[in-house]
Amino acid sequence: MSEVNNAYLLKELQDQFAAFITQVDEPYGLLTIELDKEQILPVLSFLVKHPELQMQFLTDVCGMHFPDNKGKELATVYHVHSFTKNIRLRIKCYMSLDAPQIDSVTSLFGSANWQERETFDFFGIEFIGHPNLKRILNVDEMEYFPMRKEYPLEDQTRTDKDDTYFGR
Amino acid sequence: MENTVTNFDHTSEYTTLNLGPTHPATHGIFQNILTMDGEIIVEAEQTCGYIHRAFEKIAEHRPFYQITPLTDRLNYCSSPINNMGWHMTVEKLLGVQTPKRVDYMRIIIMELARIADHLICNSVIAVDCGALTGFTYVFQWREKIYDIYEEICGARLTTNVGRIGGLERDFSPACIAKIREFIQEYPKVLREFTSLVERNRIFMDRTVGVGPISVERALHYGFTGPNLRAAGLDYDVRVMNPYSSYQDFDFTIPVGVNGDTYDRFRVRQEEMWESLKLIKNALENLPEGKFFAEVPEFYLPPKEEVYKNMEALIWHFKIVMGETDVPVGEVYHSVEGGNGELGFYLVSDGGRAAYRLHFRRPCFIYYQAFPEMIKGSTLSDAIVTMSSMNVIAGELDA
Repeated sequence: MSEVNNAYLLKELQDQFAAFITQVDEPYGLLTIELDKEQILPVLSFLVKHPELQMQFLTDVCGMHFPDNKGKELATVYHVHSFTKNIRLRIKCYMSLDAPQIDSVTSLFGSANWQERETFDFFGIEFIGHPNLKRILNVDEMEYFPMRKEYPLEDQTRTDKDDTYFGR
Repeated sequence: MENTVTNFDHTSEYTTLNLGPTHPATHGIFQNILTMDGEIIVEAEQTCGYIHRAFEKIAEHRPFYQITPLTDRLNYCSSPINNMGWHMTVEKLLGVQTPKRVDYMRIIIMELARIADHLICNSVIAVDCGALTGFTYVFQWREKIYDIYEEICGARLTTNVGRIGGLERDFSPACIAKIREFIQEYPKVLREFTSLVERNRIFMDRTVGVGPISVERALHYGFTGPNLRAAGLDYDVRVMNPYSSYQDFDFTIPVGVNGDTYDRFRVRQEEMWESLKLIKNALENLPEGKFFAEVPEFYLPPKEEVYKNMEALIWHFKIVMGETDVPVGEVYHSVEGGNGELGFYLVSDGGRAAYRLHFRRPCFIYYQAFPEMIKGSTLSDAIVTMSSMNVIAGELDA
């Protein structure tokens, strides 16, 4: 039995999914991979069922928006954690603004339900197969996805406030 | 539960009951739409977002030190833990090594916050079972913890305590005296509260077997913190991924068996004892040294220096205007908050503010399990279950 560390985890992933992993990084000790968005379910279920790794805990799901990254504007980021081996993995799946769809992972982790709804709510990423994909924190009538970068924090038409020096 | 959903007579008509959004028994802005068969809950659906304040959006427009006050308002029962978690995230990004004294001081503050959090949660469970006395009694002791906060940072509820790189000031002799007094006196109070409630027949009848969740389901729903430990899994961030020198201390992780309301109560109760132990040890072994790390580009210089010293003035100006450079990178850091793993996922593009900041709020994740936990129980049990989960509106809605 080899020691379970980032190198082992990466090797296990590369053995199975090398063709779909587009980038590997290790910022601050946390193994980060960029993955083809079609492969999110197979990779996560592989990690859950892996006898050594047992990455059965989904720590976090969140969205990201990079307006200048043409064709890969949106991303969902997954953090998974193995309690038995205490190792974490971050998976990023990029997608384009025109087709912001990705498979839902609610079939594997119940905790993904609201986290995916939150991501949908703020970034407009649609999770295919989600049981109840609707807005969660914002009002139902909202017509845009507020965490996208094109929406400024404050109403830009306001004239009663001048704080350009503060970069807002 | 004898009355499970399957036993119902399906010819009867269900009632829809709107519990909340501002129901006094839910301790916060929570709405639950309950489908009731008489007094039994058949189905429940939560709505949230009533106090959503767009912290993640605001954080993208603020320099790092201005994000600390936002974290105050997540789990406002234990704001110092959130503050420290945020400082440590930034320190991780910057690669700052804090002196041991800072770590130990932080542990003292964080464990005081944990006691304040658990104290409120547990006494409120008792209130929801009809025992108000215990609550009014221990509430005075939260007040004492707030007095200590006041001595440390000047604030009480939304503390904004500490700075990136350390703490804003050293513990004063008055503060140390207050902490000592607290660890001296509090065990008596906790014991008395325990004897009032823990083996109380009425309390046990109301909580044992109420709102249970198995460890498998708890993991499935992403439980962390006392609620997961009550179900029987000893996951604690302080032990698994120690931060702020928690590895220097010896403490146990209490775990429950059934994951019901009573176990959650017991786990929190025991954790308070562990926290007391930690505070005592940290205070006794408090190392000498500085209460801040050498990061002049993030840690504000003393005000007297700013008036006299050119360099200090420049740093002061740069920090206040948010003009210092930060490294490009992404970092995830988590701390054991009052309710579980409180994570900060920070993506920095080198700009003055975070490119993206996501809070992993334990409440938001485990509150999903609430309908499953209360299905087939009575309305009054649902209320007790909810307070034992310690769902905090601020953390739920960010």
